[in-house]
Amino acid sequence: MQIEVLLFAALREAAGRDRITIDVSDQPTADDVIQAIADRLPSVAALMPACRVAVDSSYVGPDTLVPPNSEVALIPPVSGG
Amino acid sequence: MNTDSISIELVHCPIDLASLQTKIADPDVGAHGWFFGVTRRRTTTNDPEPKITQSLSYQAHEPMAEKQLLQIAADAIQRFGLTKLVIVHRLGDVPVGQASVVVGCSSPHRPATFEALPWVMDILKRDVPIWKCERYVDETSAWVHPQVSQESDKTP
Repeated sequence: MQIEVLLFAALREAAGRDRITIDVSDQPTADDVIQAIADRLPSVAALMPACRVAVDSSYVGPDTLVPPNSEVALIPPVSGG
Repeated sequence: MNTDSISIELVHCPIDLASLQTKIADPDVGAHGWFFGVTRRRTTTNDPEPKITQSLSYQAHEPMAEKQLLQIAADAIQRFGLTKLVIVHRLGDVPVGQASVVVGCSSPHRPATFEALPWVMDILKRDVPIWKCERYVDETSAWVHPQVSQESDKTP
């Protein structure tokens, strides 16, 4: 299946856009999403181990299944404040 | 985003500090505690010379940031017994020396306000999806992603 993933900060800059569509298995985990984006954006692959996935605006663990039709965001280490 | 005791705001303009006073006012409190985070000019990097920042620009996953801030505020009210709490984060360009984040809280007695402020800021800096991009006087810029030494320096 295909998933659209929201990108931010250095990830957005590397992709040149604010979202990316990736091909994943039919029951992807959050970690599958991270791996797929690492493959698509090699220039920021070093950042990926520190990234978290958010589904519908909540963080999920790496083994959590990403439900279809949910909003998926890849959250690199944050630096607000 | 507001409840009776919590006010959360993401703004794209200078934070109006004076207007925030009323948000934590209450006749039964004896303490107002405030933290202002302001943008800093010097950034220490691995280079021997500190980088000089000209301006910073903040980006957020806004709906998620609001949701996370609301959760942090609700947790802080419960944990420290606060009466009211306001958190405002500025987004977009913020010139050096201006407030990028303000946290204000009130409680009947001062210890709760002293304890709550660092706790709120620590969780905010760990979990709230907001990022800053530092633009340096040498016209390079870099997104700040703590925990990794990678710096995506680039020329404009």
